[in-house]
Amino acid sequence: MIRPLLTATLCLAASGAFAGKAFVSNERGNTITVLDTETWEVLEEFPGGNRPRGITLSPDGTLLYVCASDDDTVRVFDTASYEELYTLPSGPDPELFVIHPSGNPLYTANEDDNLVTVTDTETHSILAEVPVGVEPEGMAISPDTKWVVNTSETTNMAHFISTEDYEIKHNVLVDQRPRYAEYTADGTRLYVSAEIGGTVSVIDIAEDGTPSLRQKIGFDVPGVLPEWLQPVGIKTTQDGSRVFVALGPANRVAVIDGESLEVIDYIMVGQRVWQMAFTPDEKFLVTTNGNSNDVTVIDVEKEEAIKSVQVGQQPWGVAITPN
Amino acid sequence: MSKRIVPLLAAACLAVIAGGAEAVDVRAGVLRVDYPALLPISRYDLRPDDLAFAGAVLADEDNATTGRFMGHSFETTTLAVPPEGATEALAGLLDDGVRYIVVDAMGEELAALSDQAAEAGALVFNARAADVDLRSESCRANLLHIAPSYAMQAEAVAQFAVWKQWKRWLLVSGSNPADRALAEAYRHAARKFGAQIVEEREFEDTGGSRRTDSGHVLVQRQLPTFMQRTEPHDVVIAADATDYFAAYLPYHLWTPRPVMGSAGLRPVTMHGAHEAWGATQFQTRFEKLARRHVQEEDYNTWLALRVLGEAVTRTGSADPAEIEDYVLSDAFELAAFKGQKVTFRPWNGQLRQPILLYDGRITVSVSPQEGFLHQVSPLDTLGLDRPESSCTAFD
Repeated sequence: MIRPLLTATLCLAASGAFAGKAFVSNERGNTITVLDTETWEVLEEFPGGNRPRGITLSPDGTLLYVCASDDDTVRVFDTASYEELYTLPSGPDPELFVIHPSGNPLYTANEDDNLVTVTDTETHSILAEVPVGVEPEGMAISPDTKWVVNTSETTNMAHFISTEDYEIKHNVLVDQRPRYAEYTADGTRLYVSAEIGGTVSVIDIAEDGTPSLRQKIGFDVPGVLPEWLQPVGIKTTQDGSRVFVALGPANRVAVIDGESLEVIDYIMVGQRVWQMAFTPDEKFLVTTNGNSNDVTVIDVEKEEAIKSVQVGQQPWGVAITPN
Repeated sequence: MSKRIVPLLAAACLAVIAGGAEAVDVRAGVLRVDYPALLPISRYDLRPDDLAFAGAVLADEDNATTGRFMGHSFETTTLAVPPEGATEALAGLLDDGVRYIVVDAMGEELAALSDQAAEAGALVFNARAADVDLRSESCRANLLHIAPSYAMQAEAVAQFAVWKQWKRWLLVSGSNPADRALAEAYRHAARKFGAQIVEEREFEDTGGSRRTDSGHVLVQRQLPTFMQRTEPHDVVIAADATDYFAAYLPYHLWTPRPVMGSAGLRPVTMHGAHEAWGATQFQTRFEKLARRHVQEEDYNTWLALRVLGEAVTRTGSADPAEIEDYVLSDAFELAAFKGQKVTFRPWNGQLRQPILLYDGRITVSVSPQEGFLHQVSPLDTLGLDRPESSCTAFD
């Protein structure tokens, strides 16, 4: 599955055009698959370290960060050459992270050690380790960058960490096994998925960042056992009008109206859908489907799946280059 | 450069939104009864000294981490005693004010200990005993069952066999009372799911078939003859709760057939290779702590204390009656690395949970199986459903 021979040609192609790239981490295959976001062709598949899960890009799109969970490190790749440049200390078992909009620092959830590690992406050193709940996973940063939110899967909380002093200032209990947190672009709301609870908690954020739980959104798909409706990844459109929620083994992405907070549709995708990413123009949403080893491309405006593309073994996360 | 920031004790700056923020101290005990026993058939089944206790340590860590944010502290005492020392050990725990007891014992001792705990208003979690009657006519209002019953185990296997269309069963059971109780659960499971027991055989426990230096030589001659001239069958179902012969069955049959139940494909609550639904994290945390793979009694004990921890987190209370009410209510749910929330049956205090079907290396399947439907929860297709249980203690 790994085709290093093609690298040379692809580098030329990549540098010659502005086509976007989607990078998919394949948890079981230990590889990263690169897709062209215009043609949705696979450009490349390269080694991503052991058990690559969380994946993100530097704001300028030149660096790819991968949580190599079983290597206890974050691997950093050149998004043009796919060469590994260096590693960043991440603390043990990094699962998912969020990058400061400036590109520095990186906030990483260390699943096995109940920590959030803050890593300076320039000096490559650890700035702080913040003890959080059991099995930290979901990571989000508020648009004003004052808060980093971590969700802990066994503690069932969203922890609000101040980026100033790295202390937890607020904790909100949510339903069982929170996997993901997503702020709206205006920072007034935070969505937190609970995989086993089967809900998305809607948390209102006051101006000073104080959270208050507004409501929980449940899901219901005729013919699908409620136990299979397991919300994981969440993505909201820039204007906040739509919230997409990946429903795991229900093989669907729920579409929520950001105003009424009602579920308005379910889009069929591949099997065991977990994480998602928008293209920069928000025309497309890419989902990772861990059991069918593919990604689904959703036309955001039509709210329809338009394509599925085979990637590596057990795709986990996806990151798409900015414009 | 590394700086570890511990918000512990910084209560003033910790604003907890949900749940009570008052300090709550939760003290629990794990009481393990160690029975005199012969060596198991396989060395892999030797009981480690910290069996069940290691699960308690992990649960304490998990609960304490969450409790730190809530102002709740958790402390669990572990005790291993011979059967004749159990009453005194429990009395000691109760005298110390412990009101949550995880009991790792067989049915007879569990029932007695539960009654003793009831007098002190203590809540008991069953981490081992599979007796069906404890979930039915002999149930107790202060006894919650984490361990699955023989009925749940048998029905988990039965559903898989039926899903496979292996509906003709040859039931081979042991001669001890527990073996016979397990065999009865398989008979019931066959009726419930439309399988047919074409023939039954009882392999008598004469005391001679346990492991010896040349045990396999004897077994290789004994078992095939014992399994000769049977009715045509699709699968051999083994009911050997006392573990004296079933492990030998798979390769010593007369007619080659898969073995399920007490050997071959076994129903378990957890095993060290299970990794779906985030269980890898549970395994790595457990192994780091215990330096061995997890066993069922570790998981059951961990789960019992997590049930308690979750209930304390949500209610902000450490009162046994309040905790039990909450745990038995519709509001209670808990993630337990089984792919869906686990909850309790309010009619008999049994934890609803998926059962893993394990071949000794991997999770082969998980019951309930697809297509076995239930008006409340597919999990209620395993074990005593409301109309099947004659428990009235929770009414």
